[in-house]
Amino acid sequence: MALDKPYKDIPGTIIFDADQSRKGYWLNQFCMSLMKAENRARFKADERAYLDEWPMTEEQKQAVLARDLNWCMRTGGNIYFLAKIGATDGLSFQQMAGSMTGMTEAEYRDMMIKGGRSPEGNRYLGEDGDAQAHRQPQGAAGKHKD
Amino acid sequence: MAKITASVYTSHVPAIGAAIDLKKTGEAYWQPLFAGYEYSKQWMKENTPDVIFLVYNDHATAFSLDFIPTFAIGTAAEFTPADEGWGPRPVPKVIGHPELASHIAQSVIQQDFDLTIVNKMDVDHGLTVPLSLMCGEPQAWPCPVIPFAVNVVQYPVPSGRRCFQLGQAIRKAVESYDDDLKVQIWGTGGMSHQLQGARAGLINAEWDNRFLDRLIADPADLAQMPHIDYVREAGSEGIELVMWLIARGAMSDVAGGPAPTVKHRFFHVPASNTAVGHLILENN
Repeated sequence: MALDKPYKDIPGTIIFDADQSRKGYWLNQFCMSLMKAENRARFKADERAYLDEWPMTEEQKQAVLARDLNWCMRTGGNIYFLAKIGATDGLSFQQMAGSMTGMTEAEYRDMMIKGGRSPEGNRYLGEDGDAQAHRQPQGAAGKHKD
Repeated sequence: MAKITASVYTSHVPAIGAAIDLKKTGEAYWQPLFAGYEYSKQWMKENTPDVIFLVYNDHATAFSLDFIPTFAIGTAAEFTPADEGWGPRPVPKVIGHPELASHIAQSVIQQDFDLTIVNKMDVDHGLTVPLSLMCGEPQAWPCPVIPFAVNVVQYPVPSGRRCFQLGQAIRKAVESYDDDLKVQIWGTGGMSHQLQGARAGLINAEWDNRFLDRLIADPADLAQMPHIDYVREAGSEGIELVMWLIARGAMSDVAGGPAPTVKHRFFHVPASNTAVGHLILENN
Protein backbone atom coordinates (compact mmCIF):
# COMPACT_ATOMS: atom_id res chain seq x y z
CA MET A 1 0.00 0.00 0.00
CA ALA A 2 1.30 3.43 -0.88
CA LEU A 3 2.33 5.82 1.87
CA ASP A 4 -0.12 8.53 2.85
CA LYS A 5 0.99 11.97 1.59
CA PRO A 6 -1.72 14.36 2.73
CA TYR A 7 0.58 17.34 2.10
CA LYS A 8 0.27 17.24 -1.69
CA ASP A 9 -2.71 19.59 -1.88
CA ILE A 10 -1.30 22.70 -0.19
CA PRO A 11 -0.74 25.62 -2.58
CA GLY A 12 2.80 26.92 -3.10
CA THR A 13 4.32 24.24 -0.88
CA ILE A 14 6.71 21.38 -1.62
CA ILE A 15 7.24 19.05 1.33
CA PHE A 16 10.78 17.71 1.44
CA ASP A 17 10.13 14.00 1.65
CA ALA A 18 12.21 11.00 0.61
CA ASP A 19 11.26 11.40 -3.07
CA GLN A 20 12.35 15.04 -3.11
CA SER A 21 15.48 14.18 -1.16
CA ARG A 22 16.54 11.55 -3.70
CA LYS A 23 15.93 13.95 -6.55
CA GLY A 24 17.83 16.76 -4.87
CA TYR A 25 20.66 14.86 -3.21
CA TRP A 26 23.57 16.41 -5.15
CA LEU A 27 22.02 19.85 -5.40
CA ASN A 28 21.62 19.93 -1.63
CA GLN A 29 25.09 18.50 -1.02
CA PHE A 30 26.52 21.23 -3.26
CA CYS A 31 24.71 23.76 -1.06
CA MET A 32 26.28 22.23 2.05
CA SER A 33 29.73 22.74 0.54
CA LEU A 34 29.13 26.52 0.73
CA MET A 35 29.47 26.34 4.51
CA LYS A 36 33.24 26.56 3.98
CA ALA A 37 34.63 30.02 3.21
CA GLU A 38 37.12 28.67 0.66
CA ASN A 39 34.31 26.93 -1.27
CA ARG A 40 32.24 30.13 -1.25
CA ALA A 41 35.22 31.96 -2.72
CA ARG A 42 35.73 29.32 -5.42
CA PHE A 43 32.01 29.34 -6.29
CA LYS A 44 31.95 33.14 -6.54
CA ALA A 45 35.09 33.18 -8.70
CA ASP A 46 33.59 30.85 -11.34
CA GLU A 47 30.09 29.59 -10.59
CA ARG A 48 29.78 27.35 -13.63
CA ALA A 49 33.14 25.67 -13.07
CA TYR A 50 32.36 25.04 -9.42
CA LEU A 51 28.91 23.61 -10.23
CA ASP A 52 30.47 21.32 -12.83
CA GLU A 53 32.42 19.61 -10.04
CA TRP A 54 29.10 18.21 -8.77
CA PRO A 55 27.06 15.44 -10.41
CA MET A 56 23.96 17.65 -10.48
CA THR A 57 21.57 17.69 -13.45
CA GLU A 58 21.98 20.47 -15.99
CA GLU A 59 18.57 21.80 -14.94
CA GLN A 60 19.68 22.00 -11.31
CA LYS A 61 22.78 23.93 -12.34
CA GLN A 62 20.68 26.32 -14.45
CA ALA A 63 18.28 26.84 -11.55
CA VAL A 64 21.19 27.72 -9.24
CA LEU A 65 22.80 30.07 -11.78
CA ALA A 66 19.41 31.79 -12.22
CA ARG A 67 19.04 32.04 -8.41
CA ASP A 68 15.47 30.85 -8.94
CA LEU A 69 14.72 29.13 -5.64
CA ASN A 70 11.29 27.88 -6.74
CA TRP A 71 12.97 26.18 -9.68
CA CYS A 72 15.66 24.78 -7.38
CA MET A 73 12.95 23.36 -5.13
CA ARG A 74 11.12 21.72 -8.01
CA THR A 75 14.37 19.89 -8.81
CA GLY A 76 14.68 18.60 -5.26
CA GLY A 77 16.25 21.50 -3.38
CA ASN A 78 15.30 22.12 0.24
CA ILE A 79 15.08 25.64 1.58
CA TYR A 80 17.42 25.03 4.53
CA PHE A 81 20.09 23.80 2.12
CA LEU A 82 19.36 26.46 -0.52
CA ALA A 83 19.79 29.10 2.17
CA LYS A 84 23.57 28.53 1.91
CA ILE A 85 23.43 29.96 -1.63
CA GLY A 86 21.59 33.02 -0.36
CA ALA A 87 24.06 33.39 2.48
CA THR A 88 26.92 33.21 -0.01
CA ASP A 89 25.23 36.04 -1.93
CA GLY A 90 24.88 38.02 1.31
CA LEU A 91 21.07 37.74 1.43
CA SER A 92 18.92 37.49 4.53
CA PHE A 93 16.40 34.68 4.93
CA GLN A 94 13.64 37.24 4.39
CA GLN A 95 15.12 38.26 1.05
CA MET A 96 15.37 34.60 0.05
CA ALA A 97 11.81 33.71 1.06
CA GLY A 98 10.44 36.86 -0.53
CA SER A 99 12.18 36.03 -3.80
CA MET A 100 9.88 33.01 -4.20
CA THR A 101 6.64 34.96 -4.03
CA GLY A 102 6.81 37.25 -7.06
CA MET A 103 6.79 40.23 -4.70
CA THR A 104 9.47 42.87 -4.51
CA GLU A 105 11.60 42.90 -1.36
CA ALA A 106 9.66 45.93 -0.09
CA GLU A 107 6.27 44.36 -0.86
CA TYR A 108 7.17 41.17 0.98
CA ARG A 109 8.66 42.99 3.94
CA ASP A 110 5.52 45.18 4.20
CA MET A 111 3.31 42.09 4.12
CA MET A 112 5.28 40.61 7.02
CA ILE A 113 5.16 43.82 9.05
CA LYS A 114 1.37 43.87 8.57
CA GLY A 115 1.13 40.40 10.10
CA GLY A 116 2.16 38.14 7.25
CA ARG A 117 0.24 36.13 4.69
CA SER A 118 -3.18 34.99 5.82
CA PRO A 119 -3.91 31.26 5.92
CA GLU A 120 -7.40 32.07 4.62
CA GLY A 121 -7.81 30.56 1.18
CA ASN A 122 -4.30 29.10 1.32
CA ARG A 123 -4.90 25.78 3.10
CA TYR A 124 -5.99 23.70 0.09
CA LEU A 125 -5.39 23.84 -3.64
CA GLY A 126 -8.27 25.47 -5.45
CA GLU A 127 -9.24 27.98 -2.78
CA ASP A 128 -8.95 31.67 -3.58
CA GLY A 129 -6.06 32.80 -1.37
CA ASP A 130 -3.10 34.83 -2.58
CA ALA A 131 -0.78 31.80 -2.79
CA GLN A 132 -3.04 29.92 -5.21
CA ALA A 133 -1.74 29.26 -8.75
CA HIS A 134 -4.41 31.41 -10.42
CA ARG A 135 -3.36 34.38 -8.26
CA GLN A 136 0.29 34.26 -9.44
CA PRO A 137 2.39 36.28 -9.91
CA GLN A 138 1.33 38.01 -6.76
CA GLY A 139 3.60 41.07 -6.76
CA ALA A 140 5.37 43.63 -8.88
CA ALA A 141 8.60 41.60 -9.08
CA GLY A 142 6.81 38.85 -11.01
CA LYS A 143 4.94 41.08 -13.44
CA HIS A 144 7.68 41.09 -16.06
CA LYS A 145 8.31 37.36 -15.80
CA ASP A 146 6.45 34.66 -17.71
CA MET B 1 19.04 13.38 42.37
CA ALA B 2 18.88 15.73 39.39
CA LYS B 3 15.57 17.40 38.63
CA ILE B 4 13.92 19.48 35.93
CA THR B 5 13.14 22.87 37.43
CA ALA B 6 11.61 24.67 34.46
CA SER B 7 10.97 24.58 30.73
CA VAL B 8 11.57 27.41 28.30
CA TYR B 9 10.07 27.71 24.82
CA THR B 10 11.20 30.11 22.12
CA SER B 11 11.49 30.59 18.38
CA HIS B 12 15.05 30.53 16.98
CA VAL B 13 15.09 32.80 13.93
CA PRO B 14 18.55 33.42 12.32
CA ALA B 15 17.76 37.14 11.81
CA ILE B 16 17.39 37.51 15.59
CA GLY B 17 20.97 36.33 15.98
CA ALA B 18 22.10 38.72 13.26
CA ALA B 19 20.25 41.62 14.95
CA ILE B 20 22.06 40.90 18.22
CA ASP B 21 25.46 40.41 16.59
CA LEU B 22 25.12 43.58 14.48
CA LYS B 23 23.86 45.66 17.46
CA LYS B 24 20.45 46.32 15.91
CA THR B 25 18.32 45.35 18.90
CA GLY B 26 17.27 48.94 19.59
CA GLU B 27 15.99 49.55 16.04
CA ALA B 28 12.25 50.14 15.64
CA TYR B 29 11.79 46.83 13.83
CA TRP B 30 13.52 44.77 16.52
CA GLN B 31 12.81 46.65 19.73
CA PRO B 32 9.33 45.14 20.38
CA LEU B 33 10.75 41.65 19.98
CA PHE B 34 13.68 42.12 22.34
CA ALA B 35 11.42 43.86 24.85
CA GLY B 36 9.57 40.56 25.11
CA TYR B 37 12.75 38.87 26.39
CA GLU B 38 13.77 41.47 29.01
CA TYR B 39 11.90 39.62 31.75
CA SER B 40 13.40 36.34 30.52
CA LYS B 41 17.00 37.54 30.81
CA GLN B 42 16.38 38.69 34.37
CA TRP B 43 14.61 35.41 35.20
CA MET B 44 17.54 33.51 33.70
CA LYS B 45 20.02 35.37 35.96
CA GLU B 46 17.94 34.58 39.03
CA ASN B 47 17.24 30.99 37.99
CA THR B 48 20.46 29.88 36.32
CA PRO B 49 20.35 26.08 36.15
CA ASP B 50 23.30 23.72 36.40
CA VAL B 51 22.58 22.35 32.92
CA ILE B 52 20.34 23.30 30.00
CA PHE B 53 18.92 20.45 27.91
CA LEU B 54 18.28 22.29 24.65
CA VAL B 55 15.93 20.76 22.09
CA TYR B 56 16.37 22.31 18.64
CA ASN B 57 16.61 21.39 15.01
CA ASP B 58 19.72 21.39 12.90
CA HIS B 59 19.14 23.38 9.69
CA ALA B 60 21.25 21.36 7.25
CA THR B 61 24.37 22.27 9.22
CA ALA B 62 25.74 19.34 11.23
CA PHE B 63 23.61 16.86 9.31
CA SER B 64 23.59 16.88 5.51
CA LEU B 65 21.62 14.37 3.45
CA ASP B 66 24.33 11.81 4.27
CA PHE B 67 22.97 11.22 7.79
CA ILE B 68 19.53 12.23 9.03
CA PRO B 69 19.04 11.19 12.65
CA THR B 70 15.50 11.63 13.96
CA PHE B 71 16.74 12.35 17.49
CA ALA B 72 20.41 13.14 18.20
CA ILE B 73 21.96 13.89 21.60
CA GLY B 74 25.26 15.75 21.87
CA THR B 75 27.57 14.01 24.34
CA ALA B 76 30.73 15.99 23.55
CA ALA B 77 32.64 18.25 25.96
CA GLU B 78 32.12 21.25 23.70
CA PHE B 79 30.37 22.36 20.51
CA THR B 80 31.52 25.09 18.13
CA PRO B 81 29.11 27.64 16.60
CA ALA B 82 28.68 26.71 12.94
CA ASP B 83 29.39 28.63 9.74
CA GLU B 84 25.98 28.53 8.07
CA GLY B 85 27.19 30.45 5.05
CA TRP B 86 27.34 33.89 6.66
CA GLY B 87 30.38 32.94 8.78
CA PRO B 88 30.11 31.66 12.36
CA ARG B 89 28.16 33.76 14.90
CA PRO B 90 30.54 35.58 17.29
CA VAL B 91 29.18 33.80 20.36
CA PRO B 92 30.92 31.66 22.99
CA LYS B 93 31.58 27.97 22.47
CA VAL B 94 28.89 25.76 23.91
CA ILE B 95 30.23 23.69 26.79
CA GLY B 96 28.53 20.30 27.04
CA HIS B 97 27.88 17.99 29.97
CA PRO B 98 29.13 14.62 28.70
CA GLU B 99 28.36 12.70 31.90
CA LEU B 100 24.71 13.74 32.14
CA ALA B 101 24.25 13.53 28.37
CA SER B 102 25.59 9.98 28.28
CA HIS B 103 23.43 9.04 31.25
CA ILE B 104 20.33 10.45 29.52
CA ALA B 105 21.24 8.63 26.30
CA GLN B 106 21.52 5.32 28.13
CA SER B 107 18.32 5.80 30.09
CA VAL B 108 16.24 7.04 27.16
CA ILE B 109 17.46 4.29 24.82
CA GLN B 110 16.63 1.74 27.50
CA GLN B 111 13.14 3.28 27.51
CA ASP B 112 12.95 2.30 23.82
CA PHE B 113 13.73 5.64 22.12
CA ASP B 114 16.43 5.24 19.50
CA LEU B 115 18.72 8.23 19.92
CA THR B 116 21.75 8.93 17.76
CA ILE B 117 24.78 9.70 19.92
CA VAL B 118 26.89 12.56 18.58
CA ASN B 119 30.42 13.12 19.84
CA LYS B 120 31.35 15.85 17.40
CA MET B 121 29.14 18.46 15.78
CA ASP B 122 28.86 22.18 15.19
CA VAL B 123 25.72 23.90 16.45
CA ASP B 124 23.75 26.38 14.33
CA HIS B 125 21.37 29.27 15.02
CA GLY B 126 18.73 26.79 16.18
CA LEU B 127 20.77 26.37 19.35
CA THR B 128 22.70 29.63 19.68
CA VAL B 129 19.82 32.10 19.11
CA PRO B 130 17.77 30.82 22.08
CA LEU B 131 20.89 31.09 24.27
CA SER B 132 21.41 34.69 23.11
CA LEU B 133 17.78 35.59 23.73
CA MET B 134 17.82 34.20 27.26
CA CYS B 135 21.38 35.06 28.31
CA GLY B 136 22.29 38.21 26.33
CA GLU B 137 25.90 38.54 25.21
CA PRO B 138 28.09 37.02 27.94
CA GLN B 139 31.76 36.07 27.56
CA ALA B 140 30.74 32.50 28.34
CA TRP B 141 27.31 30.84 28.49
CA PRO B 142 26.18 30.61 32.11
CA CYS B 143 26.11 26.80 32.31
CA PRO B 144 26.75 23.65 30.30
CA VAL B 145 24.28 22.84 27.52
CA ILE B 146 23.29 19.43 26.18
CA PRO B 147 22.26 19.83 22.52
CA PHE B 148 19.37 17.63 21.43
CA ALA B 149 18.66 17.81 17.69
CA VAL B 150 15.36 16.71 16.14
CA ASN B 151 14.88 16.11 12.42
CA VAL B 152 12.13 18.40 11.16
CA VAL B 153 13.78 18.95 7.77
CA GLN B 154 13.34 15.73 5.82
CA TYR B 155 10.07 13.84 6.09
CA PRO B 156 9.13 11.66 7.81
CA VAL B 157 9.60 13.78 10.92
CA PRO B 158 8.59 12.54 14.37
CA SER B 159 5.00 13.02 15.49
CA GLY B 160 3.93 15.34 18.27
CA ARG B 161 2.84 12.27 20.20
CA ARG B 162 6.29 10.69 19.93
CA CYS B 163 7.95 13.93 20.99
CA PHE B 164 5.66 14.25 24.01
CA GLN B 165 6.46 10.67 25.06
CA LEU B 166 10.17 11.33 24.58
CA GLY B 167 9.94 14.29 26.94
CA GLN B 168 8.51 12.01 29.58
CA ALA B 169 11.40 9.60 29.10
CA ILE B 170 13.91 12.46 29.40
CA ARG B 171 12.34 13.51 32.72
CA LYS B 172 12.76 9.97 34.06
CA ALA B 173 16.33 9.91 32.82
CA VAL B 174 17.22 13.20 34.52
CA GLU B 175 15.61 12.11 37.79
CA SER B 176 17.68 8.91 37.81
CA TYR B 177 20.98 10.86 37.77
CA ASP B 178 22.69 10.76 41.16
CA ASP B 179 24.13 14.29 41.37
CA ASP B 180 21.89 17.11 42.62
CA LEU B 181 21.63 19.10 39.41
CA LYS B 182 19.02 21.66 38.47
CA VAL B 183 18.18 21.08 34.81
CA GLN B 184 16.12 23.25 32.50
CA ILE B 185 14.66 21.81 29.33
CA TRP B 186 14.17 24.16 26.39
CA GLY B 187 11.99 23.55 23.34
CA THR B 188 12.87 25.82 20.43
CA GLY B 189 11.77 26.61 16.85
CA GLY B 190 8.44 27.67 15.34
CA MET B 191 5.89 29.31 15.59
CA SER B 192 3.98 29.77 12.33
CA HIS B 193 6.18 30.38 9.32
CA GLN B 194 6.75 29.23 5.78
CA LEU B 195 10.07 29.91 4.07
CA GLN B 196 9.32 28.48 0.63
CA GLY B 197 7.30 28.97 -2.52
CA ALA B 198 4.29 31.09 -3.36
CA ARG B 199 2.93 30.61 0.19
CA ALA B 200 6.09 32.02 1.83
CA GLY B 201 5.34 34.44 4.64
CA LEU B 202 2.32 32.60 6.01
CA ILE B 203 1.52 33.66 9.58
CA ASN B 204 -1.39 32.31 11.62
CA ALA B 205 -1.34 34.26 14.89
CA GLU B 206 -4.69 32.90 16.03
CA TRP B 207 -3.54 29.31 15.62
CA ASP B 208 -0.21 30.07 17.34
CA ASN B 209 -1.91 31.55 20.38
CA ARG B 210 -4.29 28.61 20.60
CA PHE B 211 -1.20 26.36 20.47
CA LEU B 212 0.28 28.24 23.45
CA ASP B 213 -3.02 27.92 25.37
CA ARG B 214 -3.15 24.18 24.77
CA LEU B 215 0.56 23.68 25.44
CA ILE B 216 0.08 25.18 28.88
CA ALA B 217 -3.25 23.61 29.82
CA ASP B 218 -3.63 20.37 27.91
CA PRO B 219 -0.40 19.22 26.25
CA ALA B 220 -1.43 15.55 26.10
CA ASP B 221 -4.36 16.47 23.86
CA LEU B 222 -2.24 18.89 21.80
CA ALA B 223 0.30 16.10 21.22
CA GLN B 224 -2.35 14.15 19.26
CA MET B 225 -2.49 16.78 16.53
CA PRO B 226 -1.30 15.34 13.18
CA HIS B 227 1.55 16.86 11.15
CA ILE B 228 -0.72 17.98 8.36
CA ASP B 229 -2.50 20.41 10.67
CA TYR B 230 0.80 22.14 11.51
CA VAL B 231 1.70 22.42 7.84
CA ARG B 232 -1.71 23.57 6.62
CA GLU B 233 -2.35 26.03 9.46
CA ALA B 234 1.12 27.19 10.52
CA GLY B 235 3.17 26.83 7.32
CA SER B 236 5.65 24.22 6.15
CA GLU B 237 8.25 25.23 8.74
CA GLY B 238 5.64 25.55 11.52
CA ILE B 239 6.25 21.82 11.97
CA GLU B 240 9.21 22.83 14.18
CA LEU B 241 6.68 23.27 16.98
CA VAL B 242 6.63 19.50 17.62
CA MET B 243 9.91 20.12 19.47
CA TRP B 244 8.09 22.18 22.11
CA LEU B 245 6.20 19.01 23.04
CA ILE B 246 9.47 17.33 24.07
CA ALA B 247 10.13 20.05 26.64
CA ARG B 248 6.50 20.07 27.76
CA GLY B 249 6.45 16.28 28.16
CA ALA B 250 9.34 16.53 30.62
CA MET B 251 7.38 18.69 33.07
CA SER B 252 6.26 17.03 36.29
CA ASP B 253 2.50 17.58 35.89
CA VAL B 254 2.57 15.17 32.95
CA ALA B 255 3.70 12.49 35.42
CA GLY B 256 0.97 13.35 37.94
CA GLY B 257 2.58 16.33 39.68
CA PRO B 258 1.07 19.79 40.19
CA ALA B 259 0.49 22.13 37.26
CA PRO B 260 3.45 24.37 36.36
CA THR B 261 3.46 28.13 36.94
CA VAL B 262 3.42 30.29 33.83
CA LYS B 263 6.18 32.80 34.55
CA HIS B 264 6.15 34.52 31.18
CA ARG B 265 4.30 34.44 27.88
CA PHE B 266 5.12 36.51 24.80
CA PHE B 267 4.08 36.56 21.16
CA HIS B 268 5.23 38.84 18.37
CA VAL B 269 4.96 39.12 14.57
CA PRO B 270 7.20 39.26 12.64
CA ALA B 271 10.86 38.41 13.02
CA SER B 272 12.00 38.15 9.44
CA ASN B 273 9.50 35.57 8.05
CA THR B 274 8.32 34.21 11.36
CA ALA B 275 5.92 34.55 14.25
CA VAL B 276 7.84 34.50 17.53
CA GLY B 277 6.43 32.71 20.54
CA HIS B 278 7.96 32.44 23.97
CA LEU B 279 6.96 30.80 27.24
CA ILE B 280 8.58 30.06 30.59
CA LEU B 281 7.02 27.37 32.78
CA GLU B 282 8.30 26.52 36.27
CA ASN B 283 7.75 23.18 37.93
CA ASN B 284 6.02 23.22 41.33
